[in-house]
Amino acid sequence: MNTHSNAMPESPLGSEAPAVFSASRLMYWSIRREFWENRSLYIAPLAAAALFLFGFMISLIHLPARVRAAAVEPGMQYGLIESSYTFAALLIMGASIIVAFFYCLDALHGERRDRSILFWKSLPVSDSVTVLSKASIPIFFVPLLGFAITLALWIMMRLLSGVVLLGSGLSLPTEPLHFSLFTMSLMLLYHLLGIHGLWYAPIYGWLILVSAWARRAAFLWATIPLLAIGIVEKIAFGSSHFAHMLGYRFSGGSGTMGSKATGLDAVLMPDMSLGQFLTSPGLWTGFALTAIFLALAMRVRRSRGPI
Amino acid sequence: MTVIEARGLRKAFGTTIALDGVDLRVAEGRIVGLIGPNGAGKTTALDAILGLTSYQGELRVLGRDPWTERDLLMRDVCFIADVAVLPRWIKVSQALEYVAGVHPRFDRAKAESFLAKTTIRRDSKVRQLSKGMVAQLHLALVMAIDARLLVLDEPTLGLDILYRKQFYDSLLNDYYDRSRTIIVTTHQVEEIQNVLTDVMFIDRGRIVFNCSMEDFESRYVEVMVNPEQIAAARALKPMHERPALGRSILLFDLAGEHGANSKFDRQQLSALGEVHTPSIADLFVAVMSNQRTTTGAAR
Repeated sequence: MNTHSNAMPESPLGSEAPAVFSASRLMYWSIRREFWENRSLYIAPLAAAALFLFGFMISLIHLPARVRAAAVEPGMQYGLIESSYTFAALLIMGASIIVAFFYCLDALHGERRDRSILFWKSLPVSDSVTVLSKASIPIFFVPLLGFAITLALWIMMRLLSGVVLLGSGLSLPTEPLHFSLFTMSLMLLYHLLGIHGLWYAPIYGWLILVSAWARRAAFLWATIPLLAIGIVEKIAFGSSHFAHMLGYRFSGGSGTMGSKATGLDAVLMPDMSLGQFLTSPGLWTGFALTAIFLALAMRVRRSRGPI
Repeated sequence: MTVIEARGLRKAFGTTIALDGVDLRVAEGRIVGLIGPNGAGKTTALDAILGLTSYQGELRVLGRDPWTERDLLMRDVCFIADVAVLPRWIKVSQALEYVAGVHPRFDRAKAESFLAKTTIRRDSKVRQLSKGMVAQLHLALVMAIDARLLVLDEPTLGLDILYRKQFYDSLLNDYYDRSRTIIVTTHQVEEIQNVLTDVMFIDRGRIVFNCSMEDFESRYVEVMVNPEQIAAARALKPMHERPALGRSILLFDLAGEHGANSKFDRQQLSALGEVHTPSIADLFVAVMSNQRTTTGAAR
């Protein structure tokens, strides 16, 4: 091996590069790569936030008048401010979920469509690292990003409305919400990571598996079999357990979505304590399914080439 | 040292047999041209070597099983499986950063210096580059990796002649040293003839011809025979005959299985007409047509 002999003196530090890179380093670069490729992951929630902020700033024109009117009945103060905070969070959540679903459907399909899989596979990155890095995007990074953007938006909303109210000689209600911004943030983080990340993990896993397997029309392959199972079950047994199971998964495990009073707490208020959530069978069944789907996706990707 | 060792390599897609018992041995430091008609199994053979497809039979690349250890193997193996497989959305700078991030043997400074010789800008996206520039970028990335085996499957397909020439020139001058091994497939055989150290022909999933270039040059002779001497020349049992401008070009195997033909040599042949070394393409045609007629007769 005399390949290094010429290069040695030029780069005394760099030439002794380790022969092996750690899995965490490979993960880090694989995840960065995903954000380079899929800019919609952060552009969509940012756009939703910008849209909301635009509308919110216009609405500030009427804020002093509404605060004066609401001052007659203290309970209303909460409602009028709180609802806009809820709406901001929901808008960003909606944008995040949509990009997360479409991201998963394309995760292992796009690289085969544009033949770049041949480039990725020419590098010392295993299928496991690739699949895990892609799965971590909707499970961890999209919720965290959504949280950061929502929190920034909330803070801006509070500052802006504070400025407007000060300018018109009014003061911001000392406690405008049922909860402090800090408590609200914690609830939001718990909701996003718990429900949108971990609880939905099997959904993302399924979509990633389909994206690795399907030659075309990944969306149809992801949805129609589920529909078919539900229909067959209904015809054959007259029951709808499968449909209920899906509903249970999508509703975040509560099955009571929208049945409570409206407002931020109804959306973000956890149905379960952290302990209950972490020990709930639904979460762990979900993890097991996620593990199966992702393991299959790794196997499938190994034998897949360009389409 | 053996870089690739295959014994009885088989692969079938449904009822189509892509590899039909390939035996192959490639030693370190060789530049092997794998030549074959479309659908002969070239790409399947390379895919098996690169861990891109499963197979039956025995295969070891640098002592590893490519199918189960692709990621480990890729520390020492590089490939350009096709032109234009670089993701179209990636920026040149991102490609450099990413490969430096995941490849322990990638020398970024080296890649930068290759790129400095081109007109490729760091902030361009791959989709903004011409086909030739994409090939240059990919080659720059690959050449900056200190790999032991480089596999090139039609690396210059669709490129114009200037880029093709440049591609092989930089490969030989800036990359190849005797400790590296290169396998290349291409339809533009004539362009790589003087690059190769070995040549293999593959047909219908089998290696039908395997020869080092030194042997190639001493063993195969093409004679442009004058019409009056054609009968005498044919009596020496050429491998193949083709007409050219009123004369015939006969290809002889000086050490062939055609009845231990050492009864004639170059001097004897030069009496019949103009003697020269055949091109790989001509030998390929000769071997293929013999292959087809013999297998055809057997069936």
